[in-house]
Amino acid sequence: MSEYREIVENGLWKQNPGLVQLLGLCPTLAVTSTVVNGVSLGLATALVMAGSSGAVAAVRNFVPAEIRIPVFILIIAVLVTVIQLTMNAYMLGLYQVLGIFVPLIVVNCIVLGRAEAFASRNPVLPAVLDGFVMGLGLTIALALLGGLREIAGRGTLLSGLDLALGEWAGDWVIHVIPGYKGFLVAMLPPGAFIGLGLLIAGHNWVTLRRARSAPRSAVAAAEA
Amino acid sequence: VIAEASRESLRTGGILLAFAAAGTALLAFTFGATRPIIAKTEEAQKLALVQQVLPPALHDNDLMRDTLELAPAPELGTPAATVAYRARLGGRPTGVALEAVAPDGYSGRIHLLIGIRADGQLAGVRVVAHRETPGLGDYIEAARSDWILGFAGKSLAGPPRQDWKVKKDGGQFDYMAGATITPRAVVKAVAKALSYHERHRDRFYGAAEARQ
Repeated sequence: MSEYREIVENGLWKQNPGLVQLLGLCPTLAVTSTVVNGVSLGLATALVMAGSSGAVAAVRNFVPAEIRIPVFILIIAVLVTVIQLTMNAYMLGLYQVLGIFVPLIVVNCIVLGRAEAFASRNPVLPAVLDGFVMGLGLTIALALLGGLREIAGRGTLLSGLDLALGEWAGDWVIHVIPGYKGFLVAMLPPGAFIGLGLLIAGHNWVTLRRARSAPRSAVAAAEA
Repeated sequence: VIAEASRESLRTGGILLAFAAAGTALLAFTFGATRPIIAKTEEAQKLALVQQVLPPALHDNDLMRDTLELAPAPELGTPAATVAYRARLGGRPTGVALEAVAPDGYSGRIHLLIGIRADGQLAGVRVVAHRETPGLGDYIEAARSDWILGFAGKSLAGPPRQDWKVKKDGGQFDYMAGATITPRAVVKAVAKALSYHERHRDRFYGAAEARQ
């Protein structure tokens, strides 16, 4: 059980792909102008990672080391294309919002990174969990960054939800700062870099604080 | 030893081939299964889009089946042949929807669908595809702001041709601070499409009436 716990902890916090490993930064920076865009791409990536990690773990004993990278890329590309076609068929709105970034999941190095570093050395079940949780960790990072930029850039949250879920969700937009004129830099690429920097700083700060307080509380427990 | 090595490479190649074949089969299956659905949703979306620029009051015909092929035209900015959709009411042509491209957006081409009534008035304009800055230049999308709806009812008679500019350039069209290049390109493209429509009235309405 502790193995699974560690996988979850790694994906969401210790090895968070968006904030610690800093893999797959291109979509992270490009699509996070709003929460909805960030979360949609994050979830699509999580789905691909769960599937590709599972498939890679399943075939890991049949694939000679020399051709493992092309085989992994092949598996990932097939999965992404299947998801892309499915989204195109059943979720045209969402598909059009995410545009080029769906096919680009293939070259997101976090996907191949987990296939190589984890799935190729572990059984199917932990591999699926690892892929999914890593994707979820990325999704959370994208959601935070998207939220930060959306509030700073336009003063709203959840704008564009109707594009992802259908017109009925159009009223869910939260105007955090009514009458806000917008802050251009936050919507442009520099805003993505600044926002990501702040999030990484926040992550480091919490990690350091924990590390500092952990030994002290252990001592306190021993004394008591 | 050499024979063993080449046998090994052959085996490795075979495994790679097997994965490629399985992957291709899965893709071919998914492509075949989703293609009719994609074609259907895309046509439904196209129809919904055409209906936005040609309001229901303007037509009672099947817009998707009453089309006209237009050769590439510099006034429309179209690099390839495009399709025009004709609106009719009781068989009488009432308007047309044209595809046009504004070549000078902030990040390249802006694809437009422009609905024009037979009297030269705009029935509606929509952006079909663009790559303008998200959150900045994308207010030209109807989903993001009402800006594009302002075209409805305008024609080359009002405002006059020289006023088909954004207000910053001395014209009559609104723009949002921070993104002037985008609306400037759209306004210019719509005006050019209107004059194209004027010059080709025979093609849109004459031919249609002759066929009745």
